[in-house]
Amino acid sequence: MNSSIFFGVATIAYIFAMVAYIIYLAFKKSTIGIIGTTATVVGFASQTLAFGLRWAEFYDIGRMGVLRSIPLTNLYESLVFFVWCLILGYLVIEWKYKTRSFGAFITPIAVITLAFTSISGVSTEIQPLVPALQSNWLLAHVTMSFIAYSAFAISCAAALMYLAVTAEDRKSFPYIFWTVTLALFITSFVAMGFDFVTLRISAKSPEAFIQNYLFKASFRSGSGVIVAISVAVLLAVVYLVWRYGFHLRKIIAALSLTPDVLDDLTYKTIAIGFPIFTLGGLIFGAIWADQAWGKYWSWDPKETWSLITWFVYAFYIHARHMRGWRGNKVAIMAVIGFACSIFTYLGVNLLLSGLHSYGSMQ
Amino acid sequence: MDTNKEKTGIVDRVWRYFSSVSLAVVIFSIISLTSIVGTIIEQQAEPARNIKLLTKFFGESLAPTLFKVLDAMGFTDMFGSWWFMGLLFLFASNLVVCSIDRLPKIWKVVKTPITPLSDDQINAITSKQELVLKGNVEKTAQKVNDSLTKIGFRGDIRKEGIITQICAEKGRYSRLGVYVTHLSILLILLGAVVGMKFGFNGNLNLMEGTSSHVAFRSNGQEVPLGFELRCDDFDVDFYPDSDRPKGYKSWLTVVENGKEIMKKEIEVNSPLTYKGITFYQASFGFEPNRDAIFKFTVTPSGGKAQDISAKFGEPFAVQGTNFTGMVVDFSPALGVDESGKLFTYAESMNNPAAFVEFSEAGKPKFKQWILKRYPETWKSQIGTVEFKELWGVQYTGLQVRKDPGVWIVYLGCIIMALGLFTAFFMSHARIWIRLREEKNSTRLTIASSINKNRIAFSRTLDRFVKELLDKA
Repeated sequence: MNSSIFFGVATIAYIFAMVAYIIYLAFKKSTIGIIGTTATVVGFASQTLAFGLRWAEFYDIGRMGVLRSIPLTNLYESLVFFVWCLILGYLVIEWKYKTRSFGAFITPIAVITLAFTSISGVSTEIQPLVPALQSNWLLAHVTMSFIAYSAFAISCAAALMYLAVTAEDRKSFPYIFWTVTLALFITSFVAMGFDFVTLRISAKSPEAFIQNYLFKASFRSGSGVIVAISVAVLLAVVYLVWRYGFHLRKIIAALSLTPDVLDDLTYKTIAIGFPIFTLGGLIFGAIWADQAWGKYWSWDPKETWSLITWFVYAFYIHARHMRGWRGNKVAIMAVIGFACSIFTYLGVNLLLSGLHSYGSMQ
Repeated sequence: MDTNKEKTGIVDRVWRYFSSVSLAVVIFSIISLTSIVGTIIEQQAEPARNIKLLTKFFGESLAPTLFKVLDAMGFTDMFGSWWFMGLLFLFASNLVVCSIDRLPKIWKVVKTPITPLSDDQINAITSKQELVLKGNVEKTAQKVNDSLTKIGFRGDIRKEGIITQICAEKGRYSRLGVYVTHLSILLILLGAVVGMKFGFNGNLNLMEGTSSHVAFRSNGQEVPLGFELRCDDFDVDFYPDSDRPKGYKSWLTVVENGKEIMKKEIEVNSPLTYKGITFYQASFGFEPNRDAIFKFTVTPSGGKAQDISAKFGEPFAVQGTNFTGMVVDFSPALGVDESGKLFTYAESMNNPAAFVEFSEAGKPKFKQWILKRYPETWKSQIGTVEFKELWGVQYTGLQVRKDPGVWIVYLGCIIMALGLFTAFFMSHARIWIRLREEKNSTRLTIASSINKNRIAFSRTLDRFVKELLDKA
């Protein structure tokens, strides 16, 4: 049995679940909701199996011990793991909050991410580890960072929904903020899709992929016309989301998702993500760097940006606990926090390494 | 917070500002914003690189001036600049003052066990429920205590006149989690300061077979080690049939007063430490020279294996035969191009190959390429010629560090993990149960309070009530 078969099953199941959840959103038939949940659980079980099998395959090839063989070494694997965490988080939320309404928002993220890995031809092949990556600390670091990223992704989605539900006035800052952010997310996703369809690349490593290909078919294209069109499309999407965003508000409002539930969910996911990020992202990362390079902290852009992310979430938590901030203000913080997380993972390598030839440390 | 209006002296005002969350927010923001600049401006780099970068955004006329301004402000080496240290120091002071300000109050709460509440106090609690159980107060109290044990609480029965109250609590000390976390940040900062004050960071390149008693800081300054470090050998391990490195290994020996103290094989992620100085495998290099030694293990057909060391161009005898061998060509990375021509494809020892000429009684008989990584090339007319290694051409690049503060940092990390766990996943739960005698039965008022994780706690309480009702 091959991991890719189960992975295929999982992908199909998630697509099925997404369709079911969206129909459920429209018609509120509980049978359809149950179908959605079943498909998600089947997909999740299948993906878990695929993950385990790939682990075993990697173990057979690399022969580096069980722990070192965890398949979390390249862009493809990290995105797939992100989806796994996201779905797990979603299932827990569905069970704890007794609502299926988030399904229609979370499963599309999973499906888009998976579609992105498969149409892209991001290298799915199993590659053995270079020396610096052969560390159990690094393994714990990567795993926990992605669990935290998934938690932050859910908190960001909940915070955006919160803003969508509560912001009434189209000219108010919270309304503009959530519509523009959503539009930016959508456009970037579509732009990345274009990269893959047009460039058909198979990146060797996330760094190579990000440096060489990201947005090359749109915003970073060599042709000025394409750049201009891309910017125009971006502005159009921003306008459309801003203009018709209140429809989304109606849908969410009809879903028995009260602002209180959304605010609570934003906080809970951050309260889980923050300690995991601190321990796995910062502390384990520092221990790994200490053992590999003899420097637990060297203020390189990646470290600095993860510290900035940490400050944003620390601010969120203190604002809530000490100042009693609720609602729009903290929801915006949660969205900014996730934007910083994405920047830490992708942006540092993309933008900052474009400026210098940083990242030569092997 | 302190609301005493009389204390408005300058010291108090400064104190109050330092203990406020506002200052924390201001510091968070300034550190974050300046750090962003620090990730864009390349740190400790050649001025030309940053001027080139600034030119991209501000044009050629403005860039040099802007660079001078940024340089003068310390942005080109900001993470070591006095003002950034100052910001971190402010951050630390803010944490200290905040903790001193709030800790006594919290400490009092933590030191004081739960006490029975008055009727008014119980009525003021929103989270409560009532139920009536058969049996007298004493028996019911016993049942309540049993059920409390089931959910992990220990009840304390207090009688006051006709009213009996049972109090129970859990996780009182979890309230300290926040302060433990804050303390851990201070410890980590302290560890960093100790490291900067009493430690150093440097590097050292050691050719195979050479040794050194100093390391070098990034500015070239020598740092004495207090002992001698020798590199006996260096080797790169590759994954089979690929140029993907699997491991970099150095065999190091510590020599002190002429005596070999310790030997260790180091790898990336597995350094050597002696007398507080740690040597990390960081890089390596290749420098061909005439003194390098080729090492072979030759097993003539039907003969015994023998180890042979020879220099380039110097003949060596193969015992038990009439043959002599001589290395006449060498490639650190031998490859074959499409037309079948041999060439060297890399500047490092990716695929070392020796071209050996064998002569019988002084007459050249045959020549052969022998590749270190490919045993099939070791077979020859005279038997097996294993190319073990070429020694004395590679140097190991070591990162050298002495950091007496690192243990404080690690301790801080452990405490931080514990503090975060306590602060986010543990809570202080309290239950007060008032029992009142009614005819043949007892009326219970169950009041409770928790500072976090309310939903999970209410489920626990539900279990408790169910348990009680089942017993009745």
